[in-house]
Amino acid sequence: MVTNVLNYGRSGVHDWVMQRFSALVLAAYTLVMVGWLVLNGSDLTFSQWQGFMSQTWVRIFTLLAILSLAGHAWIGLWTVATDYLKKGAVRVAFLGAVAISLFVYVVWGISILWGF
Amino acid sequence: MLVSVYRYNPETDREPYMQNVDVSLPEGKDLMVLDVLNLIKEKDQSLSYRRSCREGVCGSDGMNMNGKNGLACITPVSEVVKNGKLVVRPLPGLPVVRDLVVDMAIFYKQYQRVKPYLQNSSPASGRERLQSPEERAKLDGLYECILCACCSTSCPSFWWNPEKFVGPAGLLQAYRFLADSRDEATDERLSELDDPFSVFRCRGIMNCVSVCPKGLNPTKAIGHIRDMLLSRAT
Repeated sequence: MVTNVLNYGRSGVHDWVMQRFSALVLAAYTLVMVGWLVLNGSDLTFSQWQGFMSQTWVRIFTLLAILSLAGHAWIGLWTVATDYLKKGAVRVAFLGAVAISLFVYVVWGISILWGF
Repeated sequence: MLVSVYRYNPETDREPYMQNVDVSLPEGKDLMVLDVLNLIKEKDQSLSYRRSCREGVCGSDGMNMNGKNGLACITPVSEVVKNGKLVVRPLPGLPVVRDLVVDMAIFYKQYQRVKPYLQNSSPASGRERLQSPEERAKLDGLYECILCACCSTSCPSFWWNPEKFVGPAGLLQAYRFLADSRDEATDERLSELDDPFSVFRCRGIMNCVSVCPKGLNPTKAIGHIRDMLLSRAT
């Protein structure tokens, strides 16, 4: 068994399932958003957009999509980094930057959705 | 026909180079790539490559011919030659010992890691450990591997992480024993593979399937291992 500490779930199956689950969430979210924009997009006003986004189910769904994006991106970029960044220091620096960026996106996303 | 051969002798060459050789092929006959190498070696004894059975059984002469891995002894020149030119290189991703001879140590290490032998601690019945024809049929497409390394050395995941990713050849053998009704170490075997590298570095690009000279399907075996890991974990 190959050991490692920086991947998402410390288990290959766990990462694999998470990657597919988050992909399904993101696909569903994309369909809903594109579908809504196609139906309402031609003369969309700010209040219509804000009204749509302030519904509880849209907020929860959006938060789920943001968390899925963060998890999906972490697993994917961790995989890319361990394939192509062979110097340990470079890889840790890159993954650190990725982790901080994803954390910022998640917190920022929550703050936009619930408007603290 | 123009043949371009990878040459490297670490004792005399500072770096590898491609040597162009003009080989006159006999009329009306489709030679195998190994025959062409033999023709070159008749004139230049210093050319090194491995070969043994010359009929695709021993797996010694795996090499890269016009960009595709295969066994030189069963690859007809007409099948690989492009624009009248044949380019022969060693298997990619492994250290070159000399010319077309590569160091297969890491490949064998990954093979050894999957414990490619039957593990059964129950006392035998005094006869053979019998299998039904259905149980035996599960091993078809798995046991035929000759360990030529054409698949693993065509796999980018194996190139980037040869120490951690088992590679298609090793995983095909891992599944050969996971699928064996007589083997009792299924759980230990799966525990050894349940990390993000050993099995899950496979991205399913199927280079292994496209090059296997025995027509085997490591990607399918890897899919079965993944299913076993998944059903064990959920």
